[in-house]
Amino acid sequence: MSDHSKVNADAGKDPGKIRSVSRLKEIMTHYYIDAKTARDNSKKVAWITSGGPVEPLIAMDVIPVYPENHGAMVGASKMGVDLCRQAEVMGYSPDLCSYARADIACAVTQGGPIGGLPEPDFLVCCNNICGTVLKWYEVAARHFKVPLFILDTPFIHGEMTEEARRYVMSQVEEYIGFLEKQCGRKMDYDRMDEVGRLSVEGLRLWQAVLDTAAHKPSPITAFDAFFHLALIVTLRGTQVAVDYYKELLDEMHERLEQGIAVVPGEKYRLLWDNLPVWYRTNWLSEKFASHHACLVADTYTSAWSGILPLIDENRFLESMSVSYSSVYINISHDRMIDKLREMIEKYDADGLVMHSNRSCKPYSLGQYDLQKMVMDQLGIPSLIIEADMVDERHFAESQIETRIDAFMETL
Amino acid sequence: MDTGTGNITAGIDIGSITAKAVLLRNGEIAGTCVRFTGYNAKNAGRAVFDELLKEAGIAKEHVSVVVSTGYGRKAVDFADKAITEITCHGAGAWFMDPEVRFVIDVGGQDSKVMRLDENGKVVDFAMNDKCAAGTGRFLEVMARAMEADLDDFGVLSLSGEPARISSICTVFAESEVISLIAAGASRENIVSGIHEAAASRISAMAKRVGVAVPVMMTGGVAKNRGMIVALENKLGVSLIVSSYAQVNGALGAALLASRMG
Repeated sequence: MSDHSKVNADAGKDPGKIRSVSRLKEIMTHYYIDAKTARDNSKKVAWITSGGPVEPLIAMDVIPVYPENHGAMVGASKMGVDLCRQAEVMGYSPDLCSYARADIACAVTQGGPIGGLPEPDFLVCCNNICGTVLKWYEVAARHFKVPLFILDTPFIHGEMTEEARRYVMSQVEEYIGFLEKQCGRKMDYDRMDEVGRLSVEGLRLWQAVLDTAAHKPSPITAFDAFFHLALIVTLRGTQVAVDYYKELLDEMHERLEQGIAVVPGEKYRLLWDNLPVWYRTNWLSEKFASHHACLVADTYTSAWSGILPLIDENRFLESMSVSYSSVYINISHDRMIDKLREMIEKYDADGLVMHSNRSCKPYSLGQYDLQKMVMDQLGIPSLIIEADMVDERHFAESQIETRIDAFMETL
Repeated sequence: MDTGTGNITAGIDIGSITAKAVLLRNGEIAGTCVRFTGYNAKNAGRAVFDELLKEAGIAKEHVSVVVSTGYGRKAVDFADKAITEITCHGAGAWFMDPEVRFVIDVGGQDSKVMRLDENGKVVDFAMNDKCAAGTGRFLEVMARAMEADLDDFGVLSLSGEPARISSICTVFAESEVISLIAAGASRENIVSGIHEAAASRISAMAKRVGVAVPVMMTGGVAKNRGMIVALENKLGVSLIVSSYAQVNGALGAALLASRMG
């Protein structure tokens, strides 16, 4: 257990809001306006999975739209239950991912926080994050009657084999061909290189923002990161994202200089695993803060920048086959535990909080094994909370509260 | 605080079905009280405390610290501190027998397991989640379906060969029980099957946390002999049944209160 004498001298001092929040909201509003008015500006819109290779789309001047980011907005606006129910009425199983259910319902009813996503011209689906996206995107392709490109990334058990690398690489080439056909013009590879560099720069800045949480007390929590992640997902590979993360990093450095603790009186440092519980981020944030516990890092927001060591910015497209195949939930438990170990050490965490997310099976499967490995190998206690990222019907407040309180009592 | 009556502390456990209270005086149990919680947890906390004080003949002002626990712990507005039932059950079991390293608590709406260190502190725990299978409520529903008195329900299970009940859901399991009745299965065998189903659920949770001996069973369901036997069979260890099983959480709360004084 780490040293708990690190209680901040400024205990009780209000950390204040992160200034950049308003700038992020502004960027996201513009982004959705651009996407919604794409047709008026003769631009194409592609829907793409959150872990999909977006950089070629940016290079082709296509506006990428993320049903999963949309799902997160649905969750945060507490509209999930209603939309999930609508999808269930259509015949989709309540066991289906709540992002998929909410998004399918929005596509049909034009409901949700922004009146549905702009219609896609084509779809790009990469199964490095789950298998559900394949069926989800097939449904969307049928509904909108648009072409679908599937990029199949094999699961990485140990090291990625040369055959697997070539297999994905050949699909990257097909992907470029698909885009050229959809856009009716050739890929500008100079522009592609530039987008690749911007993507890497954005990811590096994002990782630097996350790394400020290694400082004691931390200037940022995972709950903040869930929000500020938005541009890494949606605008990765653009100058806008790079500029934004520079600004955010500056603000975090300012906070460090001023010794601002995001959780006043920080006493415990915890890691979060899995997607956020979008409709309860405030409640959870306050609950942990009431125990002077700061969620210093998480496996989710670091998943994008986690592949940085595998990206060669000078050979971006070629390295993409390995990097995109190696995201956190497409790797073996042995590799996951290595990542957890690295994070526990880097952020000096006292405990691990795992969200067993009913919607996200690939992320939640094996959490009990990981929990045991973390305890046996690293001596770090962990807590499993059963909930769902969007469907509030799976959140039992008093049961979760008791678990958190009891876990904090044992630390 | 010494008022001439010794150091007196109280623990109040507001559960989903019953409210329990325990008084400790100089490290000895000075009184216990159990009553139904009803719909108002706040009133239940006051009522069970008042009744306990009256029975024990102790004035409220002589109680130095009150700790509340249970799902209604925050509703006890006169408590000095609220502590979760996980920590309290660990402390209560340790009070009864400091050798105990593992506690299985089965209450009305939840079942939980805790591994303890040598000081009675919880090292790891697990609770059932969003499901009544493996709880007192499951047994209550089943006893009703079998038209059995809850007190005799456990004993009845001992004379049967467990019928197979595969569903983990209380509602679906009840349908299965009704099908078994229709198929002519004996009452004893069905009741035995019900106990085995609940024990399977709880023992799986216990094994996940890692059973350490000796094991103590607490909570209202510890009164059910059939559950004790079914759990012992599943876990392959014998269970110590606390003589204060139902009030164990309140007892732990009173003990933790005495350490705060």
